[in-house]
Amino acid sequence: MDLRVEGLRHAYDALPVLEGIDLDIPSGRILCLVGPSGCGKSTLLRIIGGLERPTEGKVLQVGAPPEGCLNPLTYVFQDFALLPWRTVAGNIRLGLEEHRLPPGRADEIVADVLARTNLSDFADALPKQLSGGMKQRVAIARALAVNPAVMLLDEPLSALDAQTRELLMEDLISLWTRQPFTAVYVTHNLAEAVRLGHSIAVLSRRPGRIREIVTLDKPLAERIHMDADLEAVQEHLWTMMREEARAADAELLNG
Amino acid sequence: MADQQARPVPFRGGGFRPVSIRGVGLAVFVTLLLLAEWGTRTGWISALTLPRPSDVVATFGELWTSGMLFKHLAPSLTRLAVGASLGVAVGVSTGILIGLFSYIRSGLVPLVAALFPIPKIALLPLFVIWFGIDEGSKYALIAFGTFTPTVVATYGAVDNVDRTLIRMGQSFGMGWFSIVRKIVLPGAMPGILSGLRISLAIAIILLVAAEMLGAEYGIGAYILEAGSLYDLERLFAGVVVLSLLGVVVSTVIGQIEKRLLGWRV
Repeated sequence: MDLRVEGLRHAYDALPVLEGIDLDIPSGRILCLVGPSGCGKSTLLRIIGGLERPTEGKVLQVGAPPEGCLNPLTYVFQDFALLPWRTVAGNIRLGLEEHRLPPGRADEIVADVLARTNLSDFADALPKQLSGGMKQRVAIARALAVNPAVMLLDEPLSALDAQTRELLMEDLISLWTRQPFTAVYVTHNLAEAVRLGHSIAVLSRRPGRIREIVTLDKPLAERIHMDADLEAVQEHLWTMMREEARAADAELLNG
Repeated sequence: MADQQARPVPFRGGGFRPVSIRGVGLAVFVTLLLLAEWGTRTGWISALTLPRPSDVVATFGELWTSGMLFKHLAPSLTRLAVGASLGVAVGVSTGILIGLFSYIRSGLVPLVAALFPIPKIALLPLFVIWFGIDEGSKYALIAFGTFTPTVVATYGAVDNVDRTLIRMGQSFGMGWFSIVRKIVLPGAMPGILSGLRISLAIAIILLVAAEMLGAEYGIGAYILEAGSLYDLERLFAGVVVLSLLGVVVSTVIGQIEKRLLGWRV
């Protein structure tokens, strides 16, 4: 299943936040959205997943979601959004409870995603017992459990420290390599974008417009930390964003 | 530099983290009682000011052995249980509705604000007309008194449920009832339970007020009778029962919190 964003415009009251957004999200690939703070990239992600209604334009699902997909558009949130009163397994089960699965199927799925995310030993732990990185792994496992057609990741690593971020990036890459998934990945971290994105859409500052879409051909598994090619792309992205970021920063100060 | 004096950096941290120390609470009780006992025995405190604690204990023992304690306690506990469960049940449901629906919120929040400060005791004559002089008016008074604080605590608690959790539920395609049952209710539980502590204390206060009118038996009736006869020993014996009731209720809620809210950080 592909996603297509057509002629999207969004405004909060009189304040335009997104304008003239056209995007194609092909299946099996990761699209990164980068841009200065306040450029509306998270808003765009909420609109793509149907959590917010755009002022104009539409988001289309092209083709049917794959067989066995329980929740076509599934989010991973920046602050994890785990239910603190449920165990790891209980949190992962949450998305499955809405569907009438044959008895025992939910347990199989939970066990499977726990194994895929190396969380099997933590099935009965409560979120308060987990580190930030572990919590986000649980959130990723919860998203994988419903077998989404498109994963919508909203700055999933931004609340984590640099080392944990590196570990989780490796986890995401190995998950994708084993079983490619479609994803829209919002981040303000360019290093994440060049590591994980098959294509990177750069948004301008508010109102957000797409300035350029950079395509990276290097397979995800071959991209390593401090890769020279990736550094060049990152440098290119940063030159493009630098002035925008500065202006956006000043704009916030002016209120 | 070498000849300059070296001093340790003065410590400025610490404090602001009170913990409960075992036995201190009990020691305060015992000290106060001993002081009262000593004062009344030496005549430093006159018998009109304060009854002798040992006499109160004796009165309490009489109450126990004669079986009158349970004759008074049984109707009181029934009134408390029926009235408080009624008030809490309606209060929690109303609070959740206020927390979830704009129209209900706009309509009921001012009404609750108007009802809250009314001393419910002042309405007792009205309740007698509405619900009869029997148990009905007593249940109604206690229910009404527990209703308002429960509503306020509940809708505040629902307001404080993390919205990102609700968005998360929606993003997984959860239905409205599922979100309320699995996210809103457990998320509001800490606030509801701490509101319950206040509501139930108010219920105990109102129990005495409810028994002011036409109650033959009941802790409140017992206290009022003792009061009008200026029988301080019996008055205090009754008050001790109410205090103990408060401690029991608070302990029970503490246990519930321990079981239901173990997930809190």
